[in-house]
Amino acid sequence: MMIGAEGASSSKKARISENPVSKNRPYFALVVDDDPMIRRIHSMILKSVGFKVEVAENGKEAVDLFRTGAKFHIVFIDMEMPVMDGIEATKAMRAMKVESKIVGVTSRNSETEREVFMQAGLDLCYTKPLTMAKIVPLLEELQKN
Amino acid sequence: MERNQQLRRQLASMRQSLFDQGHLDEQFILLEELQDDANPNFVEEVVTLHYRDSARLITTIERALEKSPLDFNKLDGYMHQFKGSSTSIGAKKVKAESTQFREYCEAGNGEGCMKTFQLLKRDYATLRRKLEAYFQLARQAGPNEIACRPK
Repeated sequence: MMIGAEGASSSKKARISENPVSKNRPYFALVVDDDPMIRRIHSMILKSVGFKVEVAENGKEAVDLFRTGAKFHIVFIDMEMPVMDGIEATKAMRAMKVESKIVGVTSRNSETEREVFMQAGLDLCYTKPLTMAKIVPLLEELQKN
Repeated sequence: MERNQQLRRQLASMRQSLFDQGHLDEQFILLEELQDDANPNFVEEVVTLHYRDSARLITTIERALEKSPLDFNKLDGYMHQFKGSSTSIGAKKVKAESTQFREYCEAGNGEGCMKTFQLLKRDYATLRRKLEAYFQLARQAGPNEIACRPK
């Protein structure tokens, strides 16, 4: 079962259709962050390049989505969140055999903390905020696979 | 028509000065580029969310700076959150001052923290005031004129 959100707006269709990576089929992304501002920004960035986006406010909501059968091509997950943080949520998702690409997004600079986050099962870890330069290569990689 | 053109010129000038004076950086432009017909107030919404969150953090930091002795770990943690939020809207000066504050925390320099925090609060208030005026003018000028980056 794929969960989608509303698609990209008409005014950005020219930019999206010009992107040869995104024009063929939609990719589904999950944004997991307790900060509503970050959820809003990251959702808009992802939608602008053609992703269909769902959001979750904490790790437990994200894990519960997968438990109900949702599938996403890619998950962007914050490290520090209440209820269940990104590290625990990533471990739980991998234990459930979630095969989605999981990208950590954190404002923490500590190499040790990022390494702990990576060890939980991330494919990548980026510093906040997400940018086009970070997103487009991920979309291209999904397209290749 | 002429009044609209005047409003648009004023809006463009106001926007440019925010960059020229070092208040905003490229991240704000990213937000502008994400704004579209389906989300015509996206930038203002994000900025509003930022100020709602950051005002709470400013108060928390102020209270923490009144304690003795100072808990530099806590102060650093609060400022880390504040810096993250400021970075997300492109608040360039405030972000730089947040970084400076965190450096003083690491050094255990209470006086440095307090002086930097005063500067940060000043620039935070200035940017907030300027952005509120900018969005108010943008609403008067009409939706087509909201934050288009000059080519």
